[in-house]
Amino acid sequence: MADQPIVRLKNVGKSYGPVVSLRDVSLEIGSNEIVGLIGDNGAGKSTLIKIMTGVESPTSGEVFIRGERVDFSNYSVKRAHELRIETVYQTSSLGIKQPLWRNFFVGRPLTNFLGFIKVREQKRISEQIMRETIGFRSAGIDVDTPVGRLSGGERQGVAIGRAMHFDSDLIVLDEPTVALALSEVEKVLNFIRSIKENGRSCIYIEHNIHHVHAVCDRLIVLDRGQLVLDCETKSMSYTELVDFLRDLHFRDDQETKIAS
Amino acid sequence: MQEKVAPTKTGPGLIRKFFQLDGASIALVFVLLILIFMITAPKAFLGYRVYMSFMATVPPPLIIALGVTLVAVAGEMDLSFPSIVAAASFVFGILFKQWDVTWLALLCAIAVGAGMGLVNGLVVTLLGIPSLIATLAMLFLWGGLVTVLSGGIQLAIPDIYGTTMHTMMVGRIGGVFPAQMIWALLISAFIWLLLNRHRFGENLLFIGDNLEVARVVGINATREKIKLFTLSGALAALAGVLLTLETTAYFSSQGMGYLLTVIAAVFIGGTSIFGGSGKVVGTVFAAFIVTVIEAGLVASGIQGFWTRFFIGLVFILSVTANAIIEDPDKVPLARMLRARMSKH
Ligand SMILES: Nc1ncnc2c1ncn2[C@@H]1O[C@H](COP(=O)(O)OP(=O)(O)OP(=O)(O)O)[C@@H](O)[C@H]1O
Ligand SMILES: [Mg+2]
Repeated sequence: MADQPIVRLKNVGKSYGPVVSLRDVSLEIGSNEIVGLIGDNGAGKSTLIKIMTGVESPTSGEVFIRGERVDFSNYSVKRAHELRIETVYQTSSLGIKQPLWRNFFVGRPLTNFLGFIKVREQKRISEQIMRETIGFRSAGIDVDTPVGRLSGGERQGVAIGRAMHFDSDLIVLDEPTVALALSEVEKVLNFIRSIKENGRSCIYIEHNIHHVHAVCDRLIVLDRGQLVLDCETKSMSYTELVDFLRDLHFRDDQETKIAS
Repeated sequence: MQEKVAPTKTGPGLIRKFFQLDGASIALVFVLLILIFMITAPKAFLGYRVYMSFMATVPPPLIIALGVTLVAVAGEMDLSFPSIVAAASFVFGILFKQWDVTWLALLCAIAVGAGMGLVNGLVVTLLGIPSLIATLAMLFLWGGLVTVLSGGIQLAIPDIYGTTMHTMMVGRIGGVFPAQMIWALLISAFIWLLLNRHRFGENLLFIGDNLEVARVVGINATREKIKLFTLSGALAALAGVLLTLETTAYFSSQGMGYLLTVIAAVFIGGTSIFGGSGKVVGTVFAAFIVTVIEAGLVASGIQGFWTRFFIGLVFILSVTANAIIEDPDKVPLARMLRARMSKH
């Protein structure tokens, strides 16, 4: 049971009308590993994780979570949360006009039986997350601050803190360092390391190959919807990885030239 | 020593706290307006009668505006309410006239309004037509349907006067205070709780703030919007019944006069025109402001046609002010002025 992969994809495909985003992708995410997901813009990375996390359904193939086949008519973000999968999205998963205490709990607020939100309890826990989990020290920020007043790094901190709080086995990070200053990026990388120390798994999508190679146990490369590499980071040096990606690029250019 | 220092420290803080209160600034505008009219039209505004008449006439548009406030929070719009008001009034009037039922007629009228709202919600979410356009079309569609079904008649139901239901809904407490104001305040409190303390309200806030975010955190936007338009329809229907009770009459263009005042009340009250935030207390005061301006100008001797002009002016000014408070970069004029200032 312990050796079951958390998520297993079998021949997954996804098209949006005529656009094919994913083609016949099979992969596994095991327990307690950091997996780097690499690929060009539009390669299908975000699509792949949207399928894993219940935002989209695949047009073909199967997904298994801890060995159990996912029924997509019944799979949703809520269900993914119940299965202990959390996501931090590329274009932020926060409502910027809403205060922090709402953003920490949105989608699953603490409510009484009539559906009224326990505001005081949410504020107390939010404060705890801010202090202990993400270590906010910025003056003038409290649980009532709208997210719109936070810096980019702080916003990712909130989203990551939220994922941490809801005790998950797998945390998906879709380009969490985009538009962040170097010192903020270092914070995010440290967080990714702490995910592993906590015995959880993480899928890390990132365009900066250097960061991926530094923190990930395993690398997966997508190219125009297809899986073209799945290997241990150990088996490939940073330069080999860069060369591999450059060749991929080169091959793409050749193909488009021939096609046109 | 410390006691002397404290007031200077808390002074500005208190003022800031006051303005952070839901609807505080709009309440101030309301008080100012009343003070102005007390000077320009002392005969009317220094007596209590005019205030009693406000409290009799404001509840219907206020109740509609509460529903539209929630709709605006979700980044949507509902313009169909004048026809729902008419439909509910007709259903209520005809049931009372034919079968002498009162509470049952009220229930049926609200059910009809909710049903119309439900259809509005389905049209908006399933056909994907922007709600501003969809509900404008529904305004005509429902309006036409009511006129056809009612055969274009008008109803007078003077007999409703004196029934228990009439006394409870729109009677005069102590001979002067309109009961409908109590209902309107209770509904306002309920809508405030719904928006600010209930998960439904939170879902609406996030849907209006950013639909994609709402989706990825697991909010079912389609279902919530259908519920939203249904609620808006039910509230418009209740308003229609209150109006019919107060005037003891139905005619098919009854709700049309509310179109401007309701929409103006929602946005003068400080609810964001961009969605994602709403001020229920602001809507309550703004509903009064719109009516007070209308009455105050007339009582001050300004010709009737000018009232619309002034309401339009107040509308555009307050919406701009609210938008600048929310985000100056969204108002091009404010952006240009700021750029100028920083150059010097
Ligand atoms: N909702 C959608 N409707 C239509 N096409 C879509 C949709 N979402 C994604 N696509 C298409 O699917 C392909 C893969 O998109 P995806 O967002 O998964 O790429 P990505 O690898 O995350 O890229 P990036 O690095 O830019 O974030 C793209 O060609 C995109 O245009
Ligand atoms: Mg992406």
